Amino acid sequence: MLLFIEQLLNGLQLGVMLFLLSAGLTLVFGIMRVINLAHGSLYMVGAYIAATAFQYTGSFLLALMAALPVAAVVGMIVEMVVLRRLYERDHLDQVLATFGLILFFNELTRIIWGRQPLFMDVPKWLSSTVEIIPGAPYPSYRLAIILVGMLVAVFLYLLLTRTRLGMQIRAGASNREMVAALGVNINLLNTLVFGLGALLAGLAGAMAGPILAVESGMGESILILTFVVIVIGGIGSIRGALIGALLVGLVETLGGYLLPELLRLFLPPAMADGAGASLASMAVYILMAAVLIWRPRGLFPAHG
Amino acid sequence: MKYAFLATAVLGLGIGGNALAAEPVKIGMVTTLSTKAGYLGEDIRDGFKLAMEMEGGKLGGIPVELMVDDDGLQPDKGVQIADRYMKRDGVKIMTGIVFSNVAMAVVPKVVRNDVIYISPNAGPSPLAGKLCDPNYFNVAWQNDNLHEAAGQYATDAGYGNLYILAPNYPAGKDALTGFKRYYKGKLAGEVYTKLDQSDYSAELAALRAANPDAVFFFLPGGMGINFLKQYAQAGLNQRIPLLGPAFSFDERLLGAVGDAAVGVMNGSQWTHDLDNAANQEFVAAFHKAYGRTPTLYASQGYDAARLLASALKQVNGDLSDLNALRAAIRKADFTSVRGAFKFGTNQHPVQDIYIREVVKTADGKYTNVTRKKVFTNHVDAYAAECKM
Repeated sequence: MLLFIEQLLNGLQLGVMLFLLSAGLTLVFGIMRVINLAHGSLYMVGAYIAATAFQYTGSFLLALMAALPVAAVVGMIVEMVVLRRLYERDHLDQVLATFGLILFFNELTRIIWGRQPLFMDVPKWLSSTVEIIPGAPYPSYRLAIILVGMLVAVFLYLLLTRTRLGMQIRAGASNREMVAALGVNINLLNTLVFGLGALLAGLAGAMAGPILAVESGMGESILILTFVVIVIGGIGSIRGALIGALLVGLVETLGGYLLPELLRLFLPPAMADGAGASLASMAVYILMAAVLIWRPRGLFPAHG
Repeated sequence: MKYAFLATAVLGLGIGGNALAAEPVKIGMVTTLSTKAGYLGEDIRDGFKLAMEMEGGKLGGIPVELMVDDDGLQPDKGVQIADRYMKRDGVKIMTGIVFSNVAMAVVPKVVRNDVIYISPNAGPSPLAGKLCDPNYFNVAWQNDNLHEAAGQYATDAGYGNLYILAPNYPAGKDALTGFKRYYKGKLAGEVYTKLDQSDYSAELAALRAANPDAVFFFLPGGMGINFLKQYAQAGLNQRIPLLGPAFSFDERLLGAVGDAAVGVMNGSQWTHDLDNAANQEFVAAFHKAYGRTPTLYASQGYDAARLLASALKQVNGDLSDLNALRAAIRKADFTSVRGAFKFGTNQHPVQDIYIREVVKTADGKYTNVTRKKVFTNHVDAYAAECKM
């Protein structure tokens, strides 16, 4: 039971991480209709900047403060230089161009920082473990990630529902031309949304730095799950991204733990472990397929 | 006039002929220089080049020309490069491949064409067993060896209940098989993770619940960094010791892991602190040339070059008699930086393997210190399958 609760927390933490990434991606996809494969690169930029700032200052908060604006600015530059030319083009062109961006950013980080992964440590004040459940110490840094993710969810909710900018973003998602006709500078709005998405990706990257290897290409491994999240959640919907991310995080984590146990009930242990591991790595995609059969436009489609 | 022209032509031919005789021996290096794993190939190349530079561009007194190309960790690209070396450049000696999947595509093909291949890293089991070949030499290890060392160490240390973990792909399965060949205790868990997995929280929670005496893991590259960091953050490194092969603990990776790796025991055939004259000379020269501590990959590249040097010297740079060249390499008449070295019946190393520990140095860096010899004159498990 203890183990189950601990795994629930792990799933929650992975879900929060995925939410930070998918929130930006789903907005860009929903509003600009652009498939941005390079979203993982912005996550990598966040991690690299944070790790570099951490090396020079030794302070995690300063590292975070350096990573967020840089990721946002890099995102906005990418939007202005590359993506703006792709809005009216075919999805295939977008995929090609943004895939090119992935290669570009991966090589760029290799040129600037070299091939060796960078080091980034957990801040001292978060390096301990907390026994929220007696008998199962849990890293406080992971709890902090869950907390930050929840705060971001609340912030995005307020931004989208209570502010003028949020209203314009929602309107832009429903009907771009009409919003432009009403006198909203849609280009500026696009750049801002893209910057916001990049900022969130950078935040996820900076927070992943102490847990993961900060290395060239680190964005791609999480990018696929991020796409699964927005397909499940419904493209363009922040609420969908949140629910989808938590679902994917929980299924990914609990699947690896529960499925082998489950199979052991009626299979020999060695076979159960093997089959369980294979099934667990498919679980997320099975979930996606199931959701798509039940609701072809995802759980919370942004516009009917 | 006509005669003068002819004379010049003949003279020209003569000079051409002489130049041909003095042409350096070509060595083709197919290695991995791009991708995340590119630093492995870089170190092998740098180690190899260092041996050449220390002789002023020669090996064993014979002028050599090293050609290097990047396979990008893709078997088909490796085959392409090897083809070009053989057909266009007439290369008779090759080396350099880092990864077993590339080696399995390239090596059988080149040795069939009577090219000598000296492996400075990859040692897949088929090439040590059923597919062994007189033209194939491995100067590093058979893939299982370093895992076997960790297994033997676990047995010697009296661990009775181990949790073992590797990614779900051929090398991961081989790693755990190699480990279990010498580990005699019980298993608290045997887990295969996804290849390129980045988050290990689920495995770590299960591991804590299983409460083993120690954990053996093989997670190369970034996966190992992730695992070690998360292991330390979960507070497990204070309670449960970690074992592994040297691959996740080379001096270039340790900087990215930091304190989380301190205390990990890992199996290796070489460490920069091994006490022999050849090694001290190598480590000092490498430091001077490249400004960093050599990794085990660098030592393997260096040994490959020195092995080749000893053979070229014996045949006096003459590659026309392949039998003589093979015999000369088989003698392994060089002083390896790892100490005693000789080839077994399958032309793989028969060597000592050690356990080393990751420590923090006085100047705040991280490195390995040799702790214990686990195997003496260790022979790989596939030698008996090799009929040569």
